[in-house]
Amino acid sequence: MGIVSSGFTGRRGGGKDLPPGQYLTHEFPVLSAGPTPHILTDHWEFTVTTESGEKYKWDWAALMALPSEEITKDIHCVTRWSKLQTTWKGVSLDTLLADVETGADFAMAHSYGGYTTNVPLDDLLDGQSWIAYEYDGEPLDPEHGGPARLLVPHLYFWKSAKWVRGLVLSDTEDLGFWETAGYHEYGDPWKEQRYAGD
Amino acid sequence: MWQVATVADVRRETETARTIVLDVPDWPGHLAGQHLDVRLTAEDGYRASRSYSIASAWSVSSSNTIELTVEQVPGGEVSPYLVEVLKAGDPLEIRGPVGGWFVWKPEQEGPVQLIGGGSGVVPLRAMLRAHADAGTTPVRLLYSVRRPESVIYVSDLKDLAASDDVDVRLVYTREAPAGEPRVGRIDADLIEQYVFKPEDGATTYVCGPTPFVETVADLLVAAGHDPARVRTERFG
Amino acid sequence: MTQANYLDGNAAAGALSEFFAVDITAAVGQCNGCGRTGVFAEARLYVDAPGLVARCAGCDGVLLRVVTTTNDTYLDLRGLTYLRISNSPG
Repeated sequence: MGIVSSGFTGRRGGGKDLPPGQYLTHEFPVLSAGPTPHILTDHWEFTVTTESGEKYKWDWAALMALPSEEITKDIHCVTRWSKLQTTWKGVSLDTLLADVETGADFAMAHSYGGYTTNVPLDDLLDGQSWIAYEYDGEPLDPEHGGPARLLVPHLYFWKSAKWVRGLVLSDTEDLGFWETAGYHEYGDPWKEQRYAGD
Repeated sequence: MWQVATVADVRRETETARTIVLDVPDWPGHLAGQHLDVRLTAEDGYRASRSYSIASAWSVSSSNTIELTVEQVPGGEVSPYLVEVLKAGDPLEIRGPVGGWFVWKPEQEGPVQLIGGGSGVVPLRAMLRAHADAGTTPVRLLYSVRRPESVIYVSDLKDLAASDDVDVRLVYTREAPAGEPRVGRIDADLIEQYVFKPEDGATTYVCGPTPFVETVADLLVAAGHDPARVRTERFG
Repeated sequence: MTQANYLDGNAAAGALSEFFAVDITAAVGQCNGCGRTGVFAEARLYVDAPGLVARCAGCDGVLLRVVTTTNDTYLDLRGLTYLRISNSPG
């Protein structure tokens, strides 16, 4: 059905470094599904809740006291832009979860403002994800998720929850904000898992 | 619900805006202020769609013809194609007309206040055209542009302004033509001078970029206008 | 401009026309979160996102979401207690 718009290619170019269907941008587009929360670091808190209901909490000072890492990764948004070699600073989830007692398989990230997204716990470990609080050498701007966001760069960027405030660990896989409305439960950009069923 | 229209003509309005005349088989007619969605499809099936206000008024005589005016958004995906590539004779997929809130109907009572920023004047032009055909109440247009060359529908607005019922006031934010001393955004003074008073019972339509609409709506409410009589259309 | 990144509910009219025979943007809706009622066209619509998200102008709670995938369109209405349209035409 439908027609082809002669001469229309969309904003794409592809390239060997890009997953299928993505185009390269040098900007940092801001996507927002709601108003931008402005959370002062004095009031910021990050909570991990295990499947048994046990809570582990960090305030901003506790996060800053943890060993941090410099991260350079490509990021891929499901709206088709990719940005290569982005640089971040943050704390590895391996560090945050080191002393957390859990046998859970799944995590739901929760954000200030109410956003949620689900990620298998294995995808948050082994150097694959961070709580990032600097981008390009500067404190993370609120419109990009500051003061701190989840960074899971091997999945589509909607999984890298802005304004993250906690993880809820669970034995069962629940679906997050976009995953309940047609987006893929896992979201691997290299397999082009954009939508449920892809 | 998507249907294929044919581009009957294209007309340059300004350096960055173009009016596209579409021939739509079995067009059901539309209300002034309504918009439609345009969808582009690349050869590999990739699609992008955007909403555009309809710039023309509908009448039985114009039956299957509608006009869109599109302003090119720098770095945009759809608007550069519509402004620079699309040509007469091309097919174009559309969905509409849609939207039943930001509309003016001839039977509506009371004066009509139109306030547009940049290409936010497009649906207001449809309202002016519809009013010229069938309206009896006074209409005012306050139209904010960057500079004289940014004005779209120049000759049209001149024609309309010649009517006793219609009052057009242009506001220049960057650069004004000779003889126009004021350069600057719409402010409380301008609202006081050129907009119907709250007690006149006007319906006010504000269309433009989000920050423009936000500012104007706040100024109107601060000047005592009933928010329920202010209708807005933001376009990002 | 970070606080002004939304459109009006009007802009969802095309996507919603896939589901409803009447224009829903002119309908009155009640927010399931705060109880506020208002014309849907006056909701705040966020479009720079993977889908359309309409939020209550009072409490910013989600009223409705529309996601268009390759083969389907999803409509999530859970944030609306009701939508009300007039029975008389015009």
